[in-house]
Amino acid sequence: MNSLWLPVENPVFFEQLQQWFMALPHCRALGMRFASAERGRATLELPFNDKLIGNPDTRVIHGGVVTSLIDTCSGTAIYTLLGGPEPLATLDLRIDYLRPARPDASLYCMAECYRLTDNVAFTRATAYQDDPQKPVAHSVATFARGMDPKGKVAA
Amino acid sequence: MSTLHPVHTIEDLACAIAAIPYASLLGMQVRDEAGQPMFFLPYAEHNIGNTLLPALHGGVIGGFLENAAVLHLMWAREAEGIPRVIDFSIDYLRSGKPQDLFCRCDIVRQGKRIANVLMTAWQDDAARPVAQARAHFLLA
Repeated sequence: MNSLWLPVENPVFFEQLQQWFMALPHCRALGMRFASAERGRATLELPFNDKLIGNPDTRVIHGGVVTSLIDTCSGTAIYTLLGGPEPLATLDLRIDYLRPARPDASLYCMAECYRLTDNVAFTRATAYQDDPQKPVAHSVATFARGMDPKGKVAA
Repeated sequence: MSTLHPVHTIEDLACAIAAIPYASLLGMQVRDEAGQPMFFLPYAEHNIGNTLLPALHGGVIGGFLENAAVLHLMWAREAEGIPRVIDFSIDYLRSGKPQDLFCRCDIVRQGKRIANVLMTAWQDDAARPVAQARAHFLLA
Protein backbone atom coordinates (compact mmCIF):
# COMPACT_ATOMS: atom_id res chain seq x y z
CA MET A 1 0.00 0.00 0.00
CA ASN A 2 1.29 3.42 -0.95
CA SER A 3 1.89 5.45 2.20
CA LEU A 4 3.61 8.41 0.54
CA TRP A 5 1.33 11.31 -0.35
CA LEU A 6 1.80 14.87 -1.52
CA PRO A 7 0.02 17.89 -0.01
CA VAL A 8 -3.22 19.02 -1.64
CA GLU A 9 -2.77 20.91 -4.94
CA ASN A 10 -3.77 24.33 -3.56
CA PRO A 11 -3.82 24.36 0.27
CA VAL A 12 -5.38 27.84 0.60
CA PHE A 13 -8.21 27.08 -1.81
CA PHE A 14 -8.76 23.59 -0.39
CA GLU A 15 -9.03 24.89 3.17
CA GLN A 16 -11.77 27.34 2.10
CA LEU A 17 -13.48 24.63 0.07
CA GLN A 18 -13.59 22.05 2.87
CA GLN A 19 -14.86 24.67 5.33
CA TRP A 20 -17.61 25.60 2.87
CA PHE A 21 -18.49 21.92 2.36
CA MET A 22 -18.71 21.18 6.08
CA ALA A 23 -20.90 24.29 6.58
CA LEU A 24 -23.44 23.19 3.93
CA PRO A 25 -26.86 22.76 5.54
CA HIS A 26 -27.17 19.01 5.05
CA CYS A 27 -23.57 18.31 6.12
CA ARG A 28 -24.29 20.26 9.32
CA ALA A 29 -27.61 18.47 9.79
CA LEU A 30 -25.77 15.13 9.83
CA GLY A 31 -22.76 16.48 11.77
CA MET A 32 -19.93 15.76 9.30
CA ARG A 33 -16.38 16.84 10.15
CA PHE A 34 -13.33 17.21 7.97
CA ALA A 35 -10.51 14.89 9.14
CA SER A 36 -7.60 15.03 6.67
CA ALA A 37 -6.56 15.34 3.04
CA GLU A 38 -3.62 14.77 0.75
CA ARG A 39 -3.33 15.20 -3.02
CA GLY A 40 -5.87 12.74 -4.40
CA ARG A 41 -7.63 11.67 -1.22
CA ALA A 42 -9.68 12.96 1.69
CA THR A 43 -11.07 11.58 4.95
CA LEU A 44 -14.23 12.75 6.70
CA GLU A 45 -15.68 11.79 10.08
CA LEU A 46 -19.33 11.51 11.06
CA PRO A 47 -19.72 11.21 14.84
CA PHE A 48 -22.63 9.01 15.94
CA ASN A 49 -25.95 10.66 16.64
CA ASP A 50 -29.36 9.08 17.31
CA LYS A 51 -30.78 11.03 14.35
CA LEU A 52 -28.73 8.84 11.99
CA ILE A 53 -30.45 5.58 13.00
CA GLY A 54 -32.16 3.62 10.24
CA ASN A 55 -33.55 0.73 12.28
CA PRO A 56 -35.04 1.60 15.67
CA ASP A 57 -34.67 -2.01 16.88
CA THR A 58 -30.99 -2.57 16.07
CA ARG A 59 -30.04 1.20 16.07
CA VAL A 60 -27.76 0.66 13.05
CA ILE A 61 -26.96 3.78 11.00
CA HIS A 62 -29.15 4.25 7.91
CA GLY A 63 -27.65 3.44 4.50
CA GLY A 64 -28.72 6.89 3.28
CA VAL A 65 -26.41 8.47 5.85
CA VAL A 66 -23.52 6.41 4.47
CA THR A 67 -24.52 7.60 0.97
CA SER A 68 -24.36 11.27 2.00
CA LEU A 69 -20.99 10.83 3.69
CA ILE A 70 -19.51 8.99 0.69
CA ASP A 71 -20.90 11.51 -1.83
CA THR A 72 -19.48 14.46 0.12
CA CYS A 73 -16.13 12.76 0.76
CA SER A 74 -15.74 11.70 -2.89
CA GLY A 75 -16.36 15.29 -4.04
CA THR A 76 -13.88 16.56 -1.43
CA ALA A 77 -11.21 14.15 -2.72
CA ILE A 78 -11.53 15.62 -6.23
CA TYR A 79 -10.88 19.16 -4.95
CA THR A 80 -7.56 18.03 -3.47
CA LEU A 81 -6.38 17.85 -7.10
CA LEU A 82 -7.83 21.14 -8.33
CA GLY A 83 -6.10 24.51 -8.35
CA GLY A 84 -9.26 26.55 -7.75
CA PRO A 85 -13.03 26.64 -7.62
CA GLU A 86 -14.89 24.62 -10.21
CA PRO A 87 -18.39 23.12 -10.22
CA LEU A 88 -18.72 19.34 -9.98
CA ALA A 89 -21.86 17.25 -10.44
CA THR A 90 -22.19 13.64 -9.28
CA LEU A 91 -23.12 11.55 -12.33
CA ASP A 92 -23.45 8.21 -10.64
CA LEU A 93 -22.67 6.64 -7.32
CA ARG A 94 -22.69 2.94 -6.56
CA ILE A 95 -22.36 1.57 -3.05
CA ASP A 96 -21.96 -1.96 -1.70
CA TYR A 97 -23.01 -2.23 1.93
CA LEU A 98 -20.63 -4.78 3.42
CA ARG A 99 -21.70 -4.79 7.05
CA PRO A 100 -24.02 -2.73 9.27
CA ALA A 101 -22.74 0.61 10.60
CA ARG A 102 -22.87 0.12 14.36
CA PRO A 103 -24.46 2.72 16.63
CA ASP A 104 -22.46 4.71 19.21
CA ALA A 105 -19.30 4.82 17.06
CA SER A 106 -17.99 7.36 14.55
CA LEU A 107 -18.29 6.54 10.87
CA TYR A 108 -15.33 7.53 8.69
CA CYS A 109 -15.01 7.75 4.94
CA MET A 110 -11.78 7.81 2.95
CA ALA A 111 -12.24 8.67 -0.72
CA GLU A 112 -9.69 8.75 -3.54
CA CYS A 113 -9.92 10.45 -6.90
CA TYR A 114 -7.93 7.91 -8.89
CA ARG A 115 -8.44 9.44 -12.33
CA LEU A 116 -9.11 13.04 -13.35
CA THR A 117 -9.73 13.97 -16.98
CA ASP A 118 -10.74 17.32 -18.52
CA ASN A 119 -14.40 16.39 -18.23
CA VAL A 120 -14.77 13.60 -15.69
CA ALA A 121 -13.46 12.62 -12.25
CA PHE A 122 -13.46 8.97 -11.13
CA THR A 123 -13.53 8.21 -7.41
CA ARG A 124 -13.57 5.25 -5.06
CA ALA A 125 -14.38 5.35 -1.37
CA THR A 126 -14.44 3.19 1.73
CA ALA A 127 -16.59 3.81 4.80
CA TYR A 128 -15.44 2.23 8.06
CA GLN A 129 -15.66 2.53 11.83
CA ASP A 130 -12.97 1.38 14.29
CA ASP A 131 -11.14 -0.91 11.88
CA PRO A 132 -10.37 0.25 8.30
CA GLN A 133 -9.80 -3.42 7.44
CA LYS A 134 -13.47 -4.13 8.16
CA PRO A 135 -15.23 -1.63 5.89
CA VAL A 136 -18.91 -0.81 6.27
CA ALA A 137 -19.24 0.13 2.59
CA HIS A 138 -17.31 0.39 -0.66
CA SER A 139 -18.22 2.84 -3.39
CA VAL A 140 -17.27 4.00 -6.86
CA ALA A 141 -18.56 7.22 -8.41
CA THR A 142 -18.12 9.49 -11.41
CA PHE A 143 -18.43 13.27 -11.42
CA ALA A 144 -18.79 15.73 -14.33
CA ARG A 145 -16.46 18.72 -14.26
CA GLY A 146 -17.63 22.15 -15.41
CA MET A 147 -21.34 22.92 -15.39
CA ASP A 148 -23.23 25.99 -16.53
CA PRO A 149 -24.61 28.28 -13.79
CA LYS A 150 -27.96 26.45 -13.80
CA GLY A 151 -26.24 23.32 -12.63
CA LYS A 152 -26.67 21.43 -15.86
CA VAL A 153 -23.79 19.36 -17.07
CA ALA A 154 -22.13 21.05 -20.05
CA ALA A 155 -22.77 19.16 -23.29
CA MET B 1 -39.80 -6.99 20.58
CA SER B 2 -39.99 -4.72 17.58
CA THR B 3 -40.83 -1.03 17.93
CA LEU B 4 -42.18 -1.17 14.37
CA HIS B 5 -45.65 -2.46 13.61
CA PRO B 6 -46.50 -4.50 10.53
CA VAL B 7 -47.28 -2.24 7.58
CA HIS B 8 -50.70 -2.94 6.06
CA THR B 9 -51.88 0.50 5.01
CA ILE B 10 -50.45 3.80 3.86
CA GLU B 11 -51.23 5.22 7.33
CA ASP B 12 -48.99 2.48 8.77
CA LEU B 13 -46.22 3.75 6.49
CA ALA B 14 -46.50 7.20 8.07
CA CYS B 15 -46.01 5.52 11.48
CA ALA B 16 -42.98 3.62 10.16
CA ILE B 17 -41.45 6.88 8.87
CA ALA B 18 -41.96 8.44 12.30
CA ALA B 19 -40.20 5.42 13.90
CA ILE B 20 -37.11 5.68 11.65
CA PRO B 21 -34.99 8.59 12.93
CA TYR B 22 -33.14 9.23 9.63
CA ALA B 23 -36.42 9.29 7.64
CA SER B 24 -37.75 11.83 10.14
CA LEU B 25 -34.52 13.84 9.91
CA LEU B 26 -34.96 14.19 6.14
CA GLY B 27 -38.64 15.01 6.70
CA MET B 28 -40.05 12.51 4.24
CA GLN B 29 -43.78 11.91 3.99
CA VAL B 30 -46.16 9.53 2.22
CA ARG B 31 -49.58 9.82 0.66
CA ASP B 32 -52.04 7.56 -1.16
CA GLU B 33 -51.81 7.89 -4.94
CA ALA B 34 -54.36 5.59 -6.61
CA GLY B 35 -53.88 2.89 -3.97
CA GLN B 36 -50.09 3.04 -4.09
CA PRO B 37 -47.84 4.86 -1.65
CA MET B 38 -46.28 8.04 -3.08
CA PHE B 39 -43.28 9.17 -1.05
CA PHE B 40 -42.33 12.83 -1.07
CA LEU B 41 -39.79 15.06 0.55
CA PRO B 42 -41.13 18.57 1.26
CA TYR B 43 -38.46 21.19 0.70
CA ALA B 44 -36.39 21.93 3.80
CA GLU B 45 -33.33 24.16 4.08
CA HIS B 46 -31.42 21.48 6.02
CA ASN B 47 -31.44 19.23 2.93
CA ILE B 48 -29.44 21.69 0.83
CA GLY B 49 -26.01 20.49 -0.32
CA ASN B 50 -25.06 23.37 -2.61
CA THR B 51 -25.83 26.89 -1.44
CA LEU B 52 -24.66 28.54 -4.67
CA LEU B 53 -27.09 26.89 -7.11
CA PRO B 54 -28.91 26.18 -4.68
CA ALA B 55 -29.50 22.41 -4.90
CA LEU B 56 -30.50 19.49 -2.70
CA HIS B 57 -27.59 17.39 -1.41
CA GLY B 58 -26.97 14.35 -3.62
CA GLY B 59 -26.89 12.24 -0.47
CA VAL B 60 -30.34 13.52 0.49
CA ILE B 61 -31.74 12.38 -2.87
CA GLY B 62 -30.01 9.00 -2.45
CA GLY B 63 -31.08 8.60 1.17
CA PHE B 64 -34.67 9.58 0.36
CA LEU B 65 -34.84 7.03 -2.48
CA GLU B 66 -33.30 4.29 -0.33
CA ASN B 67 -35.80 5.00 2.47
CA ALA B 68 -38.66 5.01 -0.04
CA ALA B 69 -37.60 1.61 -1.42
CA VAL B 70 -37.32 0.12 2.10
CA LEU B 71 -40.77 1.43 3.04
CA HIS B 72 -42.32 0.43 -0.28
CA LEU B 73 -41.05 -3.13 0.26
CA MET B 74 -42.47 -3.18 3.81
CA TRP B 75 -45.82 -2.04 2.42
CA ALA B 76 -45.83 -4.52 -0.49
CA ARG B 77 -44.91 -7.42 1.81
CA GLU B 78 -47.06 -6.26 4.78
CA ALA B 79 -44.03 -7.00 6.94
CA GLU B 80 -42.72 -5.42 10.13
CA GLY B 81 -39.02 -6.16 9.63
CA ILE B 82 -36.90 -3.56 7.88
CA PRO B 83 -35.22 -4.89 4.69
CA ARG B 84 -31.41 -4.49 4.72
CA VAL B 85 -29.79 -2.78 1.76
CA ILE B 86 -27.16 -4.87 -0.05
CA ASP B 87 -26.18 -2.44 -2.80
CA PHE B 88 -27.44 0.87 -4.11
CA SER B 89 -26.67 2.54 -7.42
CA ILE B 90 -27.90 6.01 -8.37
CA ASP B 91 -27.68 8.08 -11.55
CA TYR B 92 -28.06 11.82 -11.03
CA LEU B 93 -29.79 13.26 -14.09
CA ARG B 94 -30.59 16.83 -13.05
CA SER B 95 -29.74 18.96 -10.02
CA GLY B 96 -32.39 18.82 -7.28
CA LYS B 97 -33.99 22.24 -7.07
CA PRO B 98 -34.97 23.70 -3.68
CA GLN B 99 -38.53 22.39 -3.89
CA ASP B 100 -40.50 19.21 -3.11
CA LEU B 101 -39.11 15.90 -4.38
CA PHE B 102 -41.29 12.91 -5.30
CA CYS B 103 -40.47 9.22 -5.66
CA ARG B 104 -41.98 6.23 -7.39
CA CYS B 105 -40.73 2.70 -6.57
CA ASP B 106 -41.10 -0.42 -8.68
CA ILE B 107 -40.27 -3.86 -7.33
CA VAL B 108 -38.57 -5.51 -10.29
CA ARG B 109 -38.22 -8.88 -8.65
CA GLN B 110 -38.98 -10.23 -5.21
CA GLY B 111 -37.54 -13.59 -4.29
CA LYS B 112 -37.62 -15.42 -0.97
CA ARG B 113 -34.62 -13.59 0.43
CA ILE B 114 -33.70 -10.83 -1.99
CA ALA B 115 -35.62 -8.07 -3.76
CA ASN B 116 -34.59 -5.75 -6.60
CA VAL B 117 -36.20 -2.28 -6.58
CA LEU B 118 -36.10 0.59 -9.08
CA MET B 119 -36.62 4.14 -7.82
CA THR B 120 -37.28 7.33 -9.76
CA ALA B 121 -37.20 10.84 -8.27
CA TRP B 122 -38.68 13.94 -9.89
CA GLN B 123 -39.86 17.46 -9.07
CA ASP B 124 -42.06 19.38 -11.56
CA ASP B 125 -42.47 16.70 -14.19
CA ALA B 126 -42.36 12.92 -13.73
CA ALA B 127 -41.06 12.66 -17.31
CA ARG B 128 -37.98 14.70 -16.34
CA PRO B 129 -36.47 12.71 -13.46
CA VAL B 130 -33.88 14.21 -11.10
CA ALA B 131 -32.40 10.77 -10.38
CA GLN B 132 -32.92 7.08 -10.99
CA ALA B 133 -31.65 4.38 -8.68
CA ARG B 134 -31.72 0.63 -8.27
CA ALA B 135 -30.98 -1.43 -5.20
CA HIS B 136 -30.97 -4.96 -3.84
CA PHE B 137 -32.37 -5.69 -0.39
CA LEU B 138 -32.09 -8.63 1.96
CA LEU B 139 -35.63 -9.22 3.16
CA ALA B 140 -36.15 -9.39 6.91
